[in-house]
Amino acid sequence: MSASLERGIAVFKEVLDAPIASFFASCVHCGLCAEACQFYVDTGDPKYTPIHKLEPLKRLWKQEYTLVGRIAAVLGLSRPISDAELAEWSELVYDSCTLCGRCSMVCPVGNDIAYMVRKMREGMAVAGHAPQGLVLSTTRTIESGSPMGVSLDTVKAQIRHQEKETGERIPLDQADVDYLVLLSSMEVVNYPEYLGAVAKIFKQAGVTWTLSSEGFEATNAGIQIGVSDLAREIVQRVVDAAEKLKVRGVVSPECGHAYMALRWEGPNLIGRPYNFEVVHIVELLDRLRAEGRLRTRGKSSTPLTFHDPCQLVRRGGVIDQPRSVLRLVAADFRDVADRGVMNWCCGGGGGVSANDRAEHLRLAAFRQKKEQLDAAGVSTLVTACANCRVVMEEALEAYHMEHVQVLGLTELVAEHLDTEEVAA
Amino acid sequence: MTSTSIDFLLWVRGPGFAAAVVIFLVGMVWRLIEIFSLGRKPDLSLPRERGGASGMHTVFRRFLFPPGMLRRGPVAYLGGYIFHVGFGIVLLFFIPHIEMARGVVGFGWPGLPTPFVDLVAVITMVTLVVMLVSRLTDPVKRFISTFEDYLVWALTVLPLLTGYLAYHHLLLPYRTMLALHILAAELLLVAMPFTKLIHFVTLFPARWFNGDLFGHKGVAS
Repeated sequence: MSASLERGIAVFKEVLDAPIASFFASCVHCGLCAEACQFYVDTGDPKYTPIHKLEPLKRLWKQEYTLVGRIAAVLGLSRPISDAELAEWSELVYDSCTLCGRCSMVCPVGNDIAYMVRKMREGMAVAGHAPQGLVLSTTRTIESGSPMGVSLDTVKAQIRHQEKETGERIPLDQADVDYLVLLSSMEVVNYPEYLGAVAKIFKQAGVTWTLSSEGFEATNAGIQIGVSDLAREIVQRVVDAAEKLKVRGVVSPECGHAYMALRWEGPNLIGRPYNFEVVHIVELLDRLRAEGRLRTRGKSSTPLTFHDPCQLVRRGGVIDQPRSVLRLVAADFRDVADRGVMNWCCGGGGGVSANDRAEHLRLAAFRQKKEQLDAAGVSTLVTACANCRVVMEEALEAYHMEHVQVLGLTELVAEHLDTEEVAA
Repeated sequence: MTSTSIDFLLWVRGPGFAAAVVIFLVGMVWRLIEIFSLGRKPDLSLPRERGGASGMHTVFRRFLFPPGMLRRGPVAYLGGYIFHVGFGIVLLFFIPHIEMARGVVGFGWPGLPTPFVDLVAVITMVTLVVMLVSRLTDPVKRFISTFEDYLVWALTVLPLLTGYLAYHHLLLPYRTMLALHILAAELLLVAMPFTKLIHFVTLFPARWFNGDLFGHKGVAS
């Protein structure tokens, strides 16, 4: 057995807990999880059945933690986990799972399969079976501060650009403000307007805020790949920046995984609760709306629908807020059938979009989203996750649906801000 | 031959039954210790409260069909419901079963008319056959099925089949068939802790953990 395989198996043993043992013990092989998974639904290949993606972990659990499995292993009736097997499973665990958690919502016996895939990735990464694209994203985040290699200078350039564009000041490293605003590299590179939108909205709502030169990146590839110590280091940067600047809260950008990483995984990674709150930008916008601090004027008459980012909604608990905010600015909002906590993923979450070898699968898994769009009969899709946005824009192009426009919710709100009232 | 069948019947009613119950009880306790002794790390993130989002809610909510899923898995959902309920009715409301329970635990409960239970047994067996055919033909179920899935199917259908044949005095002498019926029930009991049949107990903690993991984030799963 290679040293890396040995370490990987040690991690598998470590992540096996009472919930996972209850899940594995309860599975009756009914196959319903496949019916909830777009990688199966859109390809028809049964190897993408969610529970099957965990087969090596399940066998190890039996061999290590059940009497019958131990006997079977001793008698040679249950084969040990091999590097070849994990190499084969790498595609199932990383390419054909976005950790969207739809399967976890439908399993009749209650298996939280996404929880288990996330845990299995920790052993897979240590055993050396994580995809190269994701490994690079993670090392780049550690080295340069961003998975896409975005440097502080790039961020500063975008700050200057957006200040010029909007006429608003964008504070950097300002202490004792309400919120530390984080960005995702995807926004810095592709949608810098987000920064200008936040500046305009916060100015009107009277929210004080800042960016930090020491912690500007919100996404955490360490979590997607399953390397806890790197994930911890990435979270720690944000925690240090927030504590140094003495902010009340940290605002996660329009990125589902960044929110999940900061809000739900972060405290567990650093081993203590935060002394500040973490809110997603849309959660904060809805709070400002409810307090009457978000004043908009006019509504977009374009027919549009909303794409629920999995990690924000189903795996994050920010469920009603995006629609409340969207209704402020959209006159013709047409909701889709499978929505909210039962949405279909964009196909590129959970690190799949950073994993080059998964491209064909990611595009295949978009068919479900395309059908939703066709059914809604709209050509404008609003979302609250820059990763979903990029993934869907690429997929729309591949499906020859370039006429469909994808918008960020925060920018849409900023476009309808009632600025005159502020001036008055 | 008659004396052999009486010996067989006496064995399955006496030592065989006692052994099956002991293996079942000890096995269940052992398995539950195996599962829960693995423990669980506390979640240090600040929970989000939302009505309907908790472990207990999910334990009950998972009895329902999730939105849009009945259409995608009609055999699994309807077949699953019919055979579980049917099996439960035959097991718990067939009058001779209640009399047997009275002999063991000292009390009984009202039964259902035998012709009705007979009909339920037939419906349950037909449903199990449909589910087996589905397991053999559906690409997903066929792909993920193991020897255990087929073994457990046989162990589930055998008590129903032997009970039906014994009641209708078919195929074998009544006493022999009755003994086989009791043996089949004992085999099912013995297999429960060590196969996926254990889900009859573990689905409750599994659903609870699911509901608790989602509920911590304010999601009603």
